[in-house]
Amino acid sequence: MDFNDTPEEASFRARARAFLAAEAQPKGTGRPTLRLGGMVGEEVTRCKAWQAKKADAGFAGITWQKRFGGHELSPIFQVIYNQEEEDFTVPRGLFEIGLGMCIPTMMTYAQPEQLDRYVQPALRGEEVWCQLFSEPAGGSDLAALRTKAERDGDEWVINGQKIWTSGAHLSDFGIIVVRTDPNVPKHEGLTFFFLDMRSPGIEIRSIHQMSGTRHFNEVFFTDVRVPDSQRLGQVGQGWRVSLTTLMNERLAVGDPARPDVDDLVALSRSLVIDGQPAIRNQATRERIAEWYARAQGLKFTKFRTMTALSKGETPGPENSIHKLVNASKLQDIASYGMDLMGEAGMVIDDDLVEAWGMFQSALLSSPSARIAGGSDEILKNIIAERVLGLPADIRVDKNRAFNTVPTGNR
Amino acid sequence: MNFDFSDELKHVRDHARGFLAGECPPSLVRRSLDGDEAYSATLWKEIAALGWVGAAIPEAYGGAGLGYEGLCVLAEEIGRAVAPVPFGSCAYLAAEAILLAGTEAQKREFLPGLADGSTIGCFALAEGNGNPSPTAIRARVTNGELTGVKWPVADGGIADIAIIAARDDADEIGLYLVRCRAIDRKTLRTVDPTRDQSRFDCDEVPAEKLPAATGWDAVQRLMDRAAILFAFEQVGGADASLEMAKKYAMERFAFGRPIGSFQAIKHKLTDVYVALELARSNAYYGAWALTADAAELPLAAATARVSATDAFHIASKENIQTHGGVGFTWAFDCHLYYRRSKQLGLRLGGAPFWKNRLVDLIETRNAA
Repeated sequence: MDFNDTPEEASFRARARAFLAAEAQPKGTGRPTLRLGGMVGEEVTRCKAWQAKKADAGFAGITWQKRFGGHELSPIFQVIYNQEEEDFTVPRGLFEIGLGMCIPTMMTYAQPEQLDRYVQPALRGEEVWCQLFSEPAGGSDLAALRTKAERDGDEWVINGQKIWTSGAHLSDFGIIVVRTDPNVPKHEGLTFFFLDMRSPGIEIRSIHQMSGTRHFNEVFFTDVRVPDSQRLGQVGQGWRVSLTTLMNERLAVGDPARPDVDDLVALSRSLVIDGQPAIRNQATRERIAEWYARAQGLKFTKFRTMTALSKGETPGPENSIHKLVNASKLQDIASYGMDLMGEAGMVIDDDLVEAWGMFQSALLSSPSARIAGGSDEILKNIIAERVLGLPADIRVDKNRAFNTVPTGNR
Repeated sequence: MNFDFSDELKHVRDHARGFLAGECPPSLVRRSLDGDEAYSATLWKEIAALGWVGAAIPEAYGGAGLGYEGLCVLAEEIGRAVAPVPFGSCAYLAAEAILLAGTEAQKREFLPGLADGSTIGCFALAEGNGNPSPTAIRARVTNGELTGVKWPVADGGIADIAIIAARDDADEIGLYLVRCRAIDRKTLRTVDPTRDQSRFDCDEVPAEKLPAATGWDAVQRLMDRAAILFAFEQVGGADASLEMAKKYAMERFAFGRPIGSFQAIKHKLTDVYVALELARSNAYYGAWALTADAAELPLAAATARVSATDAFHIASKENIQTHGGVGFTWAFDCHLYYRRSKQLGLRLGGAPFWKNRLVDLIETRNAA
């Protein structure tokens, strides 16, 4: 065992580090970036500028084909870049879905001339993409979605509603899965498209979240017309295309969330319980040790994945472990940190709150981490069925025409 | 980045797994459980002949020179099979203590016997209730004779030599080698009869010091290194428990379907899988630290230990739960793992001790 890069990996890492050192702010030199509000104008501009800079320096589309502006490197190099970027504060949060999920799906299913048109602008951060999957009646049960598309000559007409669409209001294009045949079982009646988010008939409303912020949206479709040429995959094959998108979701690397166990250690040193720093308290120590062991376990699990990647293996459903563990850890550390503050823990006044308010902020935002992009429960099903090999659940809707299956709240 | 065992060691692991599946079935483990034998002398001779006990002992002292990563993969298989042999006592503790603190002459005298299995060693640290601590060491050596009470001593009843933590007249803690036949030994009843545990009443027994490393630091260093190897045993036991639970969940039907198709079982077993994967990854880091003798070893050891104790505890208890009533019977093998998980979880200090140590080390690291 060793943690050494190959010469090729080492030189790539050095290049990435030099680029970041020259262009980005090292982490830990200021207050952590907290996504307290939805993304606003100047933040969008900063994100776009950063993406263009990354593309110019050769760190965008690391694994993509050269004809799309990529570099055709193995996924290990993407992991190496991400590792280096973790040490810096960079404007993030606008392109993860587009570059991580939408464009890879396009690459699998779109026509060459469409790829020539769309990939490069996305890679350079000039155009933003969103993913229109979830619906009020189809979240964890995604294939129960009801937004419909009906064929009209060379076009399709979309009516219905999507929900939980990150960044819909900032997006130029979107990928969407809709029902084109309600008379067959649910997985068989879906079709996949990409569309212009400025098409007539699209209305976007932000969702006021329990954290007080507005990151997600509802998107309403009223007679929205999409050309058949923007269909991805065959009619009725939308579920299979969706799985391509979701596979890519698992590969996308999330932001390391704060507060982490190091933040809790720092807090425990500064707070006093019974006349001594909280970190001297046995109960606190045991909690810190448990979270530290979990965080390290995930870190080294990633190293094991990197080893597999560098041998040319493809990451599989076992990667669901990262979000599953991290989301709950974030919520629990946030809550425990506030517990250590006592009654004062509830206060979020800027001039009184500890640690820039990151514990309180995470308390209110972390419930979404356990739901978005596959809830804890769905991730556990995936691991149980696809990693452990346990039998699939019995489904009462599997062989029934979709329009005879109760959905939503009925 | 190569954070995996080599193909050669994977081959060693697969061979060990196959060998133990044949030679160490639950029926063999049950001979110790039922009190028919303190350990399996037959299995012990076989694995010693295969070079397992001496895996990390240098060839100059009769070992196989397979290195610590080799010992780690073997430890995992010993744990998977709940093998009723004094593997840890000999390979991770007695031999390691001599390598750590013995003179050249002591290494030459004792290591070959440990490596070939003809000498069984043990490590005597605890003196009754309480987790490891320098203040808990009261055994004393005066003029080369050791007096004190040690319990529980794992494999103490079957050992030929014991490494005993004791103080000298200057109050300095050290490691002493004692021949067990001079000790008044009594077998203790425990929650896991598949491992011998004894009480040592030492009354002026001849003791020779292992002089090359002294003080509590030497004891802690020995414990740290052993903790990584025990973590591999725990990972092996947890993996076996999860496999058992999975197999049963697929074969057992209730309400007209395999119980493994219910989310209550799926989510439970996924929780076990998660704990096990984290523990395995932390153990791998420990294997690296052990092999590289890295400065990070103490923190890696505490982390591996905390993670592995948690994983084996969850895996063994949820294995019983998945089996339902039959899991609570003497006849089913679930309890072999449940007992072993508690025994290993207490070895060289329970979870609170290792969690405390982990935070001590984080504090030291942050202060540096």
